[in-house]
Amino acid sequence: MEKMGWNYSDTVKDHFLKPHNVLSIEESEYQPDGVGFVGSPACGDMMKIFIKVKNDRIVDLKWQTFGCASAIGSTSVLSDMVTENGGMTLSEAYTITPEDIIKKLGGLPSNKIHCSVLGDKALREAINDYYKKSGRVDLIPHDKESRVVCHCLNVTEHDIKMEVLEGVKDFDELQKRTKAGTGCGKCVSEIKQIMTEMVEKYYKDTIYKG
Amino acid sequence: MIYLDNNSTTPLHPEVKNKIVSILDLYGNPSSAHQIGREAKSYIDEARKTIADFFKCLPEEIIFTASGSEANNTILKSASSCCSKHCSMGGKKHIISSVIEHPSVLNTLRCLEGENTEITYLPVDKFGMISKESLLAAIRPETSLISIMFANNEIGTIQPIAEFASIAKEKGIQFHTDAVQAVGKVDIDLSTLPIDFMSVSGHKIYAPKGIGLLFRRKGTHENICPLITGGHQEDSLRAGTENTIGIIALGEAFRQLKKEMNTEIPHLINLRNRLETGIKENISHVRLNGHPEKRLPGTLNLSFDAIEGESILLRLDLMGIAVSTGSACSSGSLDPSHVIMALGVEAEQAHGSIRFSIGRENTIDDIEYTIKTVKEVVETLRRISPIKLK
Repeated sequence: MEKMGWNYSDTVKDHFLKPHNVLSIEESEYQPDGVGFVGSPACGDMMKIFIKVKNDRIVDLKWQTFGCASAIGSTSVLSDMVTENGGMTLSEAYTITPEDIIKKLGGLPSNKIHCSVLGDKALREAINDYYKKSGRVDLIPHDKESRVVCHCLNVTEHDIKMEVLEGVKDFDELQKRTKAGTGCGKCVSEIKQIMTEMVEKYYKDTIYKG
Repeated sequence: MIYLDNNSTTPLHPEVKNKIVSILDLYGNPSSAHQIGREAKSYIDEARKTIADFFKCLPEEIIFTASGSEANNTILKSASSCCSKHCSMGGKKHIISSVIEHPSVLNTLRCLEGENTEITYLPVDKFGMISKESLLAAIRPETSLISIMFANNEIGTIQPIAEFASIAKEKGIQFHTDAVQAVGKVDIDLSTLPIDFMSVSGHKIYAPKGIGLLFRRKGTHENICPLITGGHQEDSLRAGTENTIGIIALGEAFRQLKKEMNTEIPHLINLRNRLETGIKENISHVRLNGHPEKRLPGTLNLSFDAIEGESILLRLDLMGIAVSTGSACSSGSLDPSHVIMALGVEAEQAHGSIRFSIGRENTIDDIEYTIKTVKEVVETLRRISPIKLK
């Protein structure tokens, strides 16, 4: 029997089988300047990103991932994106979106998109961690203190409120944009409640359809 | 390729394949009165008799369906929506089932819940066993049907069906079992087992896809409502011109099963036990999902801590080994296996679960290669995992 087509692109397969930039030594030995850790084993995805920074550029990035082939492949490809050509600046790296990663991977099956949104989040966490450690908290663009509502995909209450303020009034639309509640799903009712409250507060005459 | 996914489906038995090839030109409609039709009918009768002999039931108690799922649907929908006039189940609107049933039962029950039928889903213990006490407690005056699977497809746990069926009989409630995984692996003697209905699938026992059967006991509860209405094939309980080739193939599969079961079961147990001890001796942090003893002979469901099932599956696939997983990532949905979650374990254990299901064609060499390969794959994935094992 010859190999049948994979559900994944060749790029995902290559990165899954021979992942680049995996942290293969102890974290203490590697001495990262910033560490980002998102997801949980209960959700089936968990990513840890370690960065080394020089002159506001990410000169090295290592990672560890618990997850499926697309989670492993997307973290690996992200590590290449960030470190190639001498490394991205911190502000460049901060703006990487799941779409950028998926494009680099040559696409993902639609039910796998949520697996790739953790990589960029873990990276931003790592950058925030670096800012914190280097005493530049003011540079953290994200409301780091906001409470995490969706633990699987690390979406905060602040994130949800910002989405609503940007005009997202529909739960499906919010999910499309943030992937919130697409993991274990335990937070869905809470997210809907936050949305309802925000919609009522800011869009009194618009009815929120859950 | 080493195929260790026999609970999912099986390859054709070589004798079944020969049989199919020999009858490909048998085109007559079994309902036709002429010779060509009668010839097709005689083959179907023979297959029905072979199967009835296997189960020690009457040939007319077997209704051929297109799948085990269809058999399950027929019984459950009959119990819920059937008219009280024609059907022995009509009127009563409470069904007892379990949380670990196959989706063809669970999703059908969910439909029925929307149609005024109440369902009680019995829980399972950490081994996947349903307790007699919970069954007794769930029974109500309006309970029309108890439907409990014989053996679970994911973890292989075998339920005490004879005991449950006796309780049902005592209370005058009809009893159905989805025996799709149990057939050929567990002795099922319908002359002593007091069940009323049973679902069976062909492709799990080396027959082709697209053929299954529903057993319904004559005399007590023979009136059920057909799922597919039309002509009077299968005693008017399953309309549509018979899948002649599928039925004959199924008959042949049962003929082979009768011959081989006694040697096949120990073969499966041997290989399964070797696989289980081999993996446990070579890999740390491995947990068994399912009952250690009351389990299907060829089924081994293990959870590997700190790594995710789809990654294991795909790497094994590339190394030439076919298995399945209860991880969310391979199911198409985002939920991990409902069966493993029902055991009361952490979601992590379901995400890292792999089912090995052994079949008649597997050899000890397959198992030794699998042990070695699983060890390599697990070690590689654990090296890139952020979860550190103690």
